[in-house]
Amino acid sequence: MPPLIGYRKYAPGTQPSHLHAPYVSSQKRAPLQALIAIPATPSDLSGPSFSSELVTAHAFDLTKQHHAAPLGERIVVSGRVLDEDGRPVTNSLIEIWQANAAGRYLHKKDQHDAPLDPNFTGAGLTFTDDEGGYRFITIRPGAYPWKNQPNAWRPAHIHFSLFGPAFATRLVTQMYFPGDPLLAFDPIFNSVPDESARQRLISSFDWPTTLPEFCLGFRFDIILRGRNSTPFEAT
Amino acid sequence: MSSRVTPSQTVGPFFSIGLDTLIRTNLTAGSSATPIEIRGRVLDGDNLPVPDALLEIWQADENGQFPLPLPDGEKDPITFQGFGRIPTSDNGEFSFTTIKPGPIVTADDTLYSPHLQVSLLMRGLLRRLVTRLYFPNEPLNESDPILHLVPFSRRATLVASTILDQPNCFEWNIHLQGPHETVFFEE
Repeated sequence: MPPLIGYRKYAPGTQPSHLHAPYVSSQKRAPLQALIAIPATPSDLSGPSFSSELVTAHAFDLTKQHHAAPLGERIVVSGRVLDEDGRPVTNSLIEIWQANAAGRYLHKKDQHDAPLDPNFTGAGLTFTDDEGGYRFITIRPGAYPWKNQPNAWRPAHIHFSLFGPAFATRLVTQMYFPGDPLLAFDPIFNSVPDESARQRLISSFDWPTTLPEFCLGFRFDIILRGRNSTPFEAT
Repeated sequence: MSSRVTPSQTVGPFFSIGLDTLIRTNLTAGSSATPIEIRGRVLDGDNLPVPDALLEIWQADENGQFPLPLPDGEKDPITFQGFGRIPTSDNGEFSFTTIKPGPIVTADDTLYSPHLQVSLLMRGLLRRLVTRLYFPNEPLNESDPILHLVPFSRRATLVASTILDQPNCFEWNIHLQGPHETVFFEE
């Protein structure tokens, strides 16, 4: 029997380094010793799946989780989750979370002096469909200050958490908005060395999903790792 | 061909808003094996506890079998699910209850010693960290193909400790840096 066929290694520059000094929190938390390369094992090629009961009726619509509508600009965020070979990642859980329109998170440790919105929690859940598609309705999150460097501001973003088909395909990322002037100054966004890889974190304004008289659409496609075609493929 | 994989970004400090729904600190549902408890701390480069880390566990059952994917639309799973998600507390501690997985045998008779897969997420980590927890006094550790790729001097970072007088309880600390830095695996 040949060795198990694993997932492709990430191409150089397309993922952040663990240690990225401009992102101050990484300095004491990123490992300093070299990571150890291992072959694919059954533990990496299998992965968790989740009950459809997790997703309640309004889990995908963050504007309908309370008695009234949240303040801010309503948007639809949709896209497809594919693997590197363009195959849809189906029936796969996506978790999102974000700040409200004023740039404030519903979290006890968020001390930003901006108002909470009693009608906005900022959490969404959905499963991808048979074509890898997903869709959330939410409000556009605000930018907010943080303490990484003097006068530091995070660009508006939505956090995404995906599992894909295997332990090896787990991805946590952030979706940004096109034309945001803060992107150029953000050490988290700029931790990705490869320019074109970095651009893939920015959603695009999308006419086809823009809902007339209702809200603008933004498209964010997500690519998870694909399988090697042979056990010996290095990249 | 260059990879088009979407880059990873940090979970940041406020991930509990979105990730709390799936917190699972007891993985034993659907298994009749003896429950075990695993506890420890996550420590940073100053040896200070990390109060905002999240561990995710993926493991086989007591027979070394991984849970199969749920059919579309499946509800109320009663079989062993193998997934855990555990946040650290304000003092950097975590604990969870699970079962000890069995050894894993592949079709080519490769034998893997019982272990848990661990993902580690937190503010400050731009990508997840991947590590493994192995069990003490486990003869198969000597021949495990993955442990063999780890320099001998660092192997102990992957093996939990027994706790005196608590036979089904193990301690395992994660050191992000320093002389006892935990072994993390490349992806």
